[in-house]
Amino acid sequence: MSLTRAEVQHIAELAKLQLTEAEEALYQDQLSDILDYIQRLNTLDTEAIPPTATVLPLHSIMRDDVSRPSLPADQILANAPARAGDSFEVRVILEE
Amino acid sequence: MPYRLTIHEAHDRFVQKELTSVELTGAVFDRIEELNPALHAFLHLTRDAALEQARAADARRAQGEDTPLLGVPLAIKDVICVQGMPATAGSKILQGFVPPYDATAIARLRALGAVFLGKTNTDEFAMGSSTENSAYGVTHNPWDLERVPGGSSGGSAAAVAADLCLGAFGTDTGGSIRQPASLCSVVGLKPSYGRVSRYGLIAFASSLDQMGPFAKDVRDAAILLRAIAGHDPLDSTTMPITVPDYTAYLRSNLTGVRVGVPREYFIDGMQPEVEQAIRQAIEVMKSLDAEVREVSLPHTDFGLPVYYLIAPAEASANLARFDGVRYGLRVDGGDILSTYKATRGQGFGPEVKRRIMIGTYALSTGYYDAYYLKAQKVRTLIKSDFDRAFQEVDVIACPTAPTTAFKIGEKVNDPLQMYLSDVFTLNQNLAGICGMSLPCGFDGQGLPIGLQLNGPAFGEEKIIHVAHAYEQATEWHKHKPKIDLR
Repeated sequence: MSLTRAEVQHIAELAKLQLTEAEEALYQDQLSDILDYIQRLNTLDTEAIPPTATVLPLHSIMRDDVSRPSLPADQILANAPARAGDSFEVRVILEE
Repeated sequence: MPYRLTIHEAHDRFVQKELTSVELTGAVFDRIEELNPALHAFLHLTRDAALEQARAADARRAQGEDTPLLGVPLAIKDVICVQGMPATAGSKILQGFVPPYDATAIARLRALGAVFLGKTNTDEFAMGSSTENSAYGVTHNPWDLERVPGGSSGGSAAAVAADLCLGAFGTDTGGSIRQPASLCSVVGLKPSYGRVSRYGLIAFASSLDQMGPFAKDVRDAAILLRAIAGHDPLDSTTMPITVPDYTAYLRSNLTGVRVGVPREYFIDGMQPEVEQAIRQAIEVMKSLDAEVREVSLPHTDFGLPVYYLIAPAEASANLARFDGVRYGLRVDGGDILSTYKATRGQGFGPEVKRRIMIGTYALSTGYYDAYYLKAQKVRTLIKSDFDRAFQEVDVIACPTAPTTAFKIGEKVNDPLQMYLSDVFTLNQNLAGICGMSLPCGFDGQGLPIGLQLNGPAFGEEKIIHVAHAYEQATEWHKHKPKIDLR
């Protein structure tokens, strides 16, 4: 199982990761090795086996819809890389 | 040397008025100042705040109040939010982040009067087995400074082993409490999935993550688990069931206890001294009247490939939140998309990027069924193995790690080799059961070996019972690293 450079670039694009050329080459090799290793799962017949997403017997936990106090905006925004008033400041997302 | 005390010993001295929390906390900080430069177990220290908490604890005790943790100084892994302390998760992308609230477990410890010393080192986002993936430098093993302490909770394990705290907390997604406990000769307990709230824990793999204690003995581990366990309305994956008083299970014999030994956990390539130590530990359990029988967990070998699909898949989703908008690092790329990519490309380290890439691939169109769904199905088989075994036995005894502590740098360039150091600890997370590592010997170079005990989901009292009986019949937990005698 070996990944092409284009596949590595596609995965990085999906993951929103800017990689250097050296990183692309490294991950191409390492991810191919890891995927090779993972192929051993295909020796098991799992046709009739249900998947496990969680081990707990809990489903659709509900609570009463009661309003509670939240943290003050100043505390939330204290960690922001950039703020404008009571908002997070970011680059334009939708251009006019 | 009050820093040598266990939590229950310190509590006894507090009650006898032979020691105050301010004295103890001061002594621990002196010890940290002496040894942390060589060990690098702590990333952040909060001496003034800790002494303030110690004074408050002494005042509460003077008013007649008492809890098992009132005035007890603890260390917290840097993926757990403590209000007012930095939380970096060992990553550059969270440099400077100070959480505005306490994790639920921390709030419970705070209410009991615990003292928080600071935050301990971890592999970045808890992804690793050695702390070498921390963006802030490696932690050194107190038993040999040229070796890793294990990981990802290596800072907490080293801090307990070197008496830089009375107890500590870590997190375990695939062995990150048990493996460093083994490599540093301390007790480390991974609770069952759903036993402890994950609210306020920086998420790695949400169907696997659990927070748990590091301690100097089994009694302390029982006390620390009891303090944080139980249902939390803020985490819908906590089980709404009562938490036993674990200290009621600290018994000294194993009459009527069935101990299973899984044949798949004694493999080619493991260090012979590790196997020898585990076999000897099983003999000790027999001498305490345990009934020992062989069990089989036939899908053991498939745990590693399943884990390295499920954990990265969940991580790739969880780590999408680090985009440079609300907290942490922002690297401006000119427009918003380039800013996301530059921030994440520069903020995450190599292992985190590697796992985000694997996880993204496994979840991507055309590969989901072949990888992620396949892994979830094999996860069912792994869980069924344990379900069957626990119909025959009460606990399972096996090694925690295939080798003792390895040299710093030895495995950094080979991710698969590094992953193999967790081969005995991944499947318990996939199955959601509980596990503990406790000291059971040393190899020829004087490096610690850990015995792993596993119990069924929400059966922590069973492993605490067996662990305590074994510990009291041996002296391994009393050995200390020679670091301060140099």
